Amino acid sequence: MSAAKTSAAMLEASDVTRTFMVSQGFMRGKRPLHAVNGISMTVREGEVVALVGESGCGKTTLARILLGLLPPTSGSIRVGGQPITGLARHEVAKLVQPVFQDPYSSLNPRKSIGSIVALPLKVQGGVEGRETRRRVEEMMELVGLARRLYDNYPNQLSGGQRQRVAIARALVNRPRIVICDEPTSALDVSVQSQILNLLQDLRRELGLTYLLISHNLAVVEHMADRVAVMYLGRIVEQADTDTLFRAPKHPYTEALLRSVLTPEPGLGIPDTHLGAAYPNPLNMPTGCRFHPRCPKRFAPCDSVAPKPLGDGGTFVECHLYDPQVAQAAA
Amino acid sequence: MGERVLTVEDLRVDIPVAAGMLHPVQGVTFHVDRGETVCIVGESGCGKSLTALAIMDLLPRSAKRTAMRLELQDQTLDGVAEARMADIRGNRMAMIFQEPMTSLNPAYTIGNQLEEAILRHKPVSRKDARKRAVHLLGRVGITAAEQRLRQYPHQLSGGLRQRVMIAMALMCGPALIVADEPTTALDVTIQAQILHLLAELQREFHMGLVLITHDLGIVARIATRVVVMYAGEVVETGPVDEIFRAPRHPYTQGLLACIPVPGKTRRGERLGVIPGMVPSLVGEMPYCHFASRCPIVIDECRAAPVPLTSEGGRGRRVRCIRAADVAAGALQAAGTAA
Ligand SMILES: Nc1ncnc2c1ncn2[C@@H]1O[C@H](COP(=O)(O)OP(=O)(O)OP(=O)(O)O)[C@@H](O)[C@H]1O
Ligand SMILES: Nc1ncnc2c1ncn2[C@@H]1O[C@H](COP(=O)(O)OP(=O)(O)OP(=O)(O)O)[C@@H](O)[C@H]1O
Ligand SMILES: [Mg+2]
Ligand SMILES: [Mg+2]
Repeated sequence: MSAAKTSAAMLEASDVTRTFMVSQGFMRGKRPLHAVNGISMTVREGEVVALVGESGCGKTTLARILLGLLPPTSGSIRVGGQPITGLARHEVAKLVQPVFQDPYSSLNPRKSIGSIVALPLKVQGGVEGRETRRRVEEMMELVGLARRLYDNYPNQLSGGQRQRVAIARALVNRPRIVICDEPTSALDVSVQSQILNLLQDLRRELGLTYLLISHNLAVVEHMADRVAVMYLGRIVEQADTDTLFRAPKHPYTEALLRSVLTPEPGLGIPDTHLGAAYPNPLNMPTGCRFHPRCPKRFAPCDSVAPKPLGDGGTFVECHLYDPQVAQAAA
Repeated sequence: MGERVLTVEDLRVDIPVAAGMLHPVQGVTFHVDRGETVCIVGESGCGKSLTALAIMDLLPRSAKRTAMRLELQDQTLDGVAEARMADIRGNRMAMIFQEPMTSLNPAYTIGNQLEEAILRHKPVSRKDARKRAVHLLGRVGITAAEQRLRQYPHQLSGGLRQRVMIAMALMCGPALIVADEPTTALDVTIQAQILHLLAELQREFHMGLVLITHDLGIVARIATRVVVMYAGEVVETGPVDEIFRAPRHPYTQGLLACIPVPGKTRRGERLGVIPGMVPSLVGEMPYCHFASRCPIVIDECRAAPVPLTSEGGRGRRVRCIRAADVAAGALQAAGTAA
């Protein structure tokens, strides 16, 4: 989407961090866990930006900050061009809505489908009963849920139907931005394709902007215009989807792409070339936080933290691409 | 290859439920030779896990298992007393579950559990058991194995726990390993590492491996042969390259059309879908189970049960009376599969 480059910024994070204090066990005191560690990103109107990265690297934490559900420890957020701190809870909710991973646990089992979808309208207020029902039914139809399911309960629905309910709930008060956190990972591939098709249709029909969080790189490649790759709380590479998939720069991005198991018999299971030293966010490596697992590490990596190289939209955070560092090390 | 490790013929599982009798596994037939990896794929709820549990004799108490043949190497597993089964399980065949915490005991150290896995079955000393545990932890890529032995399961990450489970499954040198979604809970780089390891160990120890997953990427990359299940039945089986190149069952073809493939499906383009829902498995269904969702269904499909018939050579079998039409592109003509 070249048009997106010039369109307005819908979601902006500037140098956002989030630290959790976690207990180390009995009598051991608490230690800071840097879940998000200096993230700046922009999602423009009409774009689909994907956020990928290892389990526990901070994707959901960032999503919750962007939704205004969790305050950042430092840094600032702008939603729809305005600072999130100047917006009331319901004003943020009118702009940006989430769709979470697990359609089984994210829906209240004691509420009917109709009242689940209607909830954002109720919270927002000012919509009368009959109008609420009309808008809910309209939205259910849009996401492919039969109206007769209005009075059913979540346990009477399949996984795909439940995820449609979650999507209808997210869209009922017409937000501009939807943050989808693993929207299909709990679903079968045959249900996944329905949901992905639906998200594409809704994007076109309603002019939505998406931030898509997913472990499934084939899904990311299919959906996203731009991709941000996270590792231990930082975005280590960001580029448009074609560039990232064709010419990944960061060694972690390379490993991620190498790990994709395309359905092609005969190719075998790839070797990731990664070390088995799993990252521990409570004990951050010095220098580049990826260096203990990196197959390409060299002299400065264990002591000097790399800086982002490139512009705001396309960059990589790796010493390999820093001519000064490479020269000094040679 | 050659030596037959597992023979499953007409395996059935019945479970009484409130609505009547549930038939989650209805006549499953397949076999595994030494050195082979057989992948079982299919939609959630189609009976993959129950098939695995039935082989291991670990079904829930209320479930009833029957089979024409169920053999591990040359020994029948049908009608074997629990004491005898307990001797076979973990010894000559082992299972790896999706969530390692369900099979690791939080109260015992990793070392203790690994050692017990062999002490229970073989006349070896604790010292030798420990030696084997250290050796196998090394083989599954766990460094500082001596120290790891003293740790408890909750002190390890998900990826490490799954490696421990693989080491435990290998302790007695089994002829067969059954792995049920062994990497579903892990992220992609760790998934690739674990699968790489599993494939390597399987070759090295010349075991038979049954791997259950609904990830077609995993299947393509690791399987020797594939068993596709739908609603309790095997609908198609054969060598992995043939199944992916020329699927003969409408369900297999539909499944392959659902997944985005970088470089093949175009960005933003519609993906294939399989409209409709899986039928209930309560009660009898004496006709094609896929009929209600099949884009090329004809009256005959609903007239009688459809047998699993041989299609050409190489052990290819398909449960569809229109298999030849599917191969000739009937679904594409019907405008469904991409
Ligand atoms: N409320 C909290 N208290 C303490 N630690 C937390 C909290 N929420 C998240 N964390 C930690 O912050 C880190 C990032 O977690 P987060 O859920 O954002 O990861 P993620 O990238 O979404 O992972 P996944 O892919 O597994 O969903 C993890 O180490 C997690 O354990
Ligand atoms: N103990 C049980 N009692 C009653 N029904 C059961 C029981 N265990 C499984 N089932 C049912 O049997 C069917 C097959 O279940 P199974 O766990 O084998 O599915 P699966 O193919 O492994 O699915 P998934 O991909 O979701 O793991 C499902 O409809 C399930 O609900
Ligand atoms: Mg998350
Ligand atoms: Mg299962």
